[in-house]
Amino acid sequence: MRKLVLFILLISCSFLYGQEPSGKTILEKVDANYIAENRKVISTMVIKGRRSTRTLQAQSWIRGINKAFTEYLSPAREKGTKMLKLGDKLWIYSPSTDRIIKIAGHMLKRSVMGSDLSYEDYMEDPKLSNMYNAELAREENINGRDCYVLELSAKKEGIAYYRRKMWVDKERFLPLKEELFAKSGKLLKRLVINEVFKVGKRWYPKKMVFKDVLKKGAGTEFIIDYIEFDVKIPEYIFSKASLRR
Amino acid sequence: MLALKLAYRNIKGAGLRTWLNVAVLSLAYVLIIWHQGIFTGMLKHGSQAVIEDEIAGGQYWHKNYDPFDPLSYDESHGPIPAELAGLIKDKKATPILIRQAAIYPEGRIQTVLLKGIEPGQTILGIPSAGLDKEEDALPVLIGRRMAKSTSLGIGDYLTIRWRDVQGTFDAVEGKIVEIMNTKVPTMDKGQLWVPLEELQKMTGMKDEATIIVVGQNVQGQGDVSPHQSFWCGDVSDWKFKDQNFLLTDINEMVRSKRISAGILYVILLFLAMLAIFDTQVLSIFKRRKEIGTLIALGMTRRQVISLFTLEGAMHGILAVGVAAIYGIPWIIFYSKRGMKIPQATEEYGFALAGRLYPSYSVGLVLGTVLIVMATVTIVSYLPTRKISKMKPTEALKGKIS
Repeated sequence: MRKLVLFILLISCSFLYGQEPSGKTILEKVDANYIAENRKVISTMVIKGRRSTRTLQAQSWIRGINKAFTEYLSPAREKGTKMLKLGDKLWIYSPSTDRIIKIAGHMLKRSVMGSDLSYEDYMEDPKLSNMYNAELAREENINGRDCYVLELSAKKEGIAYYRRKMWVDKERFLPLKEELFAKSGKLLKRLVINEVFKVGKRWYPKKMVFKDVLKKGAGTEFIIDYIEFDVKIPEYIFSKASLRR
Repeated sequence: MLALKLAYRNIKGAGLRTWLNVAVLSLAYVLIIWHQGIFTGMLKHGSQAVIEDEIAGGQYWHKNYDPFDPLSYDESHGPIPAELAGLIKDKKATPILIRQAAIYPEGRIQTVLLKGIEPGQTILGIPSAGLDKEEDALPVLIGRRMAKSTSLGIGDYLTIRWRDVQGTFDAVEGKIVEIMNTKVPTMDKGQLWVPLEELQKMTGMKDEATIIVVGQNVQGQGDVSPHQSFWCGDVSDWKFKDQNFLLTDINEMVRSKRISAGILYVILLFLAMLAIFDTQVLSIFKRRKEIGTLIALGMTRRQVISLFTLEGAMHGILAVGVAAIYGIPWIIFYSKRGMKIPQATEEYGFALAGRLYPSYSVGLVLGTVLIVMATVTIVSYLPTRKISKMKPTEALKGKIS
C-alpha cells in the first residue's frame, strides 16, 4: 500500500514537473527580462538600404515603460539629434535647425532615421503582458535553441499590432524571433535576434534585425554596445528642456 | 483740331524716331494684354476645373477637418448628419471619408491619403464609377500624377496599410482599376480613392465621413442651404465652406502672379517712357526757333505746351493702331489654340489642363490702353514745362533761357 502511494506521488510530481508553463507565464517572464526600473543603453543601428548602409550610434536613458530619452552620438550629421518620449507623446530635437518638433499624426508613420522602425513602433508599450493574451501554440527549434511558439492576440482595441507570433527561448525566456501582423492577418514586421548576452541575471538581445516586410531592403540591425540596469537617472533628463542641452 | 493736325504732322516728320517709340509702346500694349490674358485664363480654367472635380457647389467640413493640418486628419470624421443624408440620398451631395495610410510602391514606404467616395456619385467629375468593380483586391482609383510618381498602372497591386478608428494597424492588397486624368493636383497627388463603404468598413467608421460635397445646383433645396449658413441644427459638427472660400487659394495664387508680373510691366513701360521722354527733350531743344515763332505768332505758352504734349501722347495713339495690327492676330491665335504648358508647371500645384487658353476681356484691353495712355501723356508733358520759362525773343534766336 505504501509503495502504491509513493508511486502515485512520484507520478504526480513528474507530471507537474513536465507540465509546460502557460502562454501568460512565458510572456510575463519575457517582460521580466526586458523591463527594468531604469536602464542606460548605448546601441548601434545599422540601416541597410537599397543603395547604401548607414550606421548610427545612440545613447538612451529609459525609465519604466513610459519615459525614454535618446541622443544620437554619430555620425556627425545626426550627432546631437535627440528624442524624448513621455507617455504617448514624442518630441524630436534637431541641432541643425535648433527646433523641437512634436511627432504626431502622420509623422508617427515615418521611419526613425530611415530605419525599418517607425516612430509608432518606438512609442509602443514594451510590456507585452499588458497588451496581449498569449497562447502557447507549439515548440520549435531555432538555431539550435528550443523555443516556445506563442500566439499573441490583442487584449483590447487600439493596440498597434493586433496579432503577434513569438518564438521564446525555453531556457532564457528571451524571444529569438517575432512576427507582427495587421488585423487582416497580413505580416507587417519581423524581428530576429541573432545574438544574446547575459547582463546580471537577465538575458538580453545583443544583435537583432528589425525588418518591415512590406519594404525592400535587408532591414535594420540593432546592436547593444552597452547596457546597464537600475542606474540612477536624474529627473531633468526626461524634460523638454533637456532636448536643447 | 489745328493742334491735332500740327501734332500729327510733326511726329510724322520725325520719321524713324517716332516709329521706334511707337514700336516699343505697341510691344508694351501687346505684352501686357497678352500676359494678363494668360493669368485671367489661368484663373478661369483653374477655377472651373476645381469646381468640376473638387468642390462642386461647396463642401461641409467636419469640425476638426483642416486640409492644411495633417495632424487633424485622425480626428476629423463623424456620422453623416440627418439633414444632409436626404441630399446624399437624392444624389445632390456626396460624402468623402479621408484617412491617412501608407503604401509600398516599389518597396518604398509612402504616406498617402485614403479617400472613400461613393462609386455612383455624379457630383464630382472624377471617374469614381470605375471603383464599382468586382475585384480580387480592394479597387483603387488614382490620378495620373500619382501613377507616375509611384510607377503604378492599371491592374497593378499594392499593399495599403492604415490604422483603424482604435489605432490598430491593418493592411490589405489594393488593385489599381482606373487612372484618372484630373486637372486638379489636390485630387491626385498622394491620394488613393477607394469605395466609401469599403473604407468605412476597413476603418470601423460606419456611416461616417470627413467632408460632404454638395452639387452645384443645390441652392434653395430643402432646409440645407449651403450658400447661407455655417451652422445649422443637426449639422452643428459640420461647417459649410462655400465656393468663394474654397477658391481663395487659387484666387490668391493668381493675384500674387499678377503682382510679380507687374514688375515686368513696369520695366516695359519704363523703357517706352524713357524713349518718349528723350524724344520730347530732344524735340524741344531742336525746335527752339519754332517754339519762339509760334509764341511770336500769337500762340500762348499753354497752347504750345499742349501741342508738344499732344505730340508725345500721339505716340500712344499710334501705338494702339500698330499693336492692333500684329497684336490682335497674335492674341486670337493663342486664345484659340492655347499654349502648351511645360510639365514642370504641374509641380506648382495649380489646376491646369495640358494647354492653357488665355482669356481676354474688353475691360482688360481698355484698362491697359488707358493706363499706358495716361502714363505717356504725363511723361510727354514733363519736359514741356520748360517751354513756359522760354522768352520768345531768345527762342527765336535759338536760345533757351
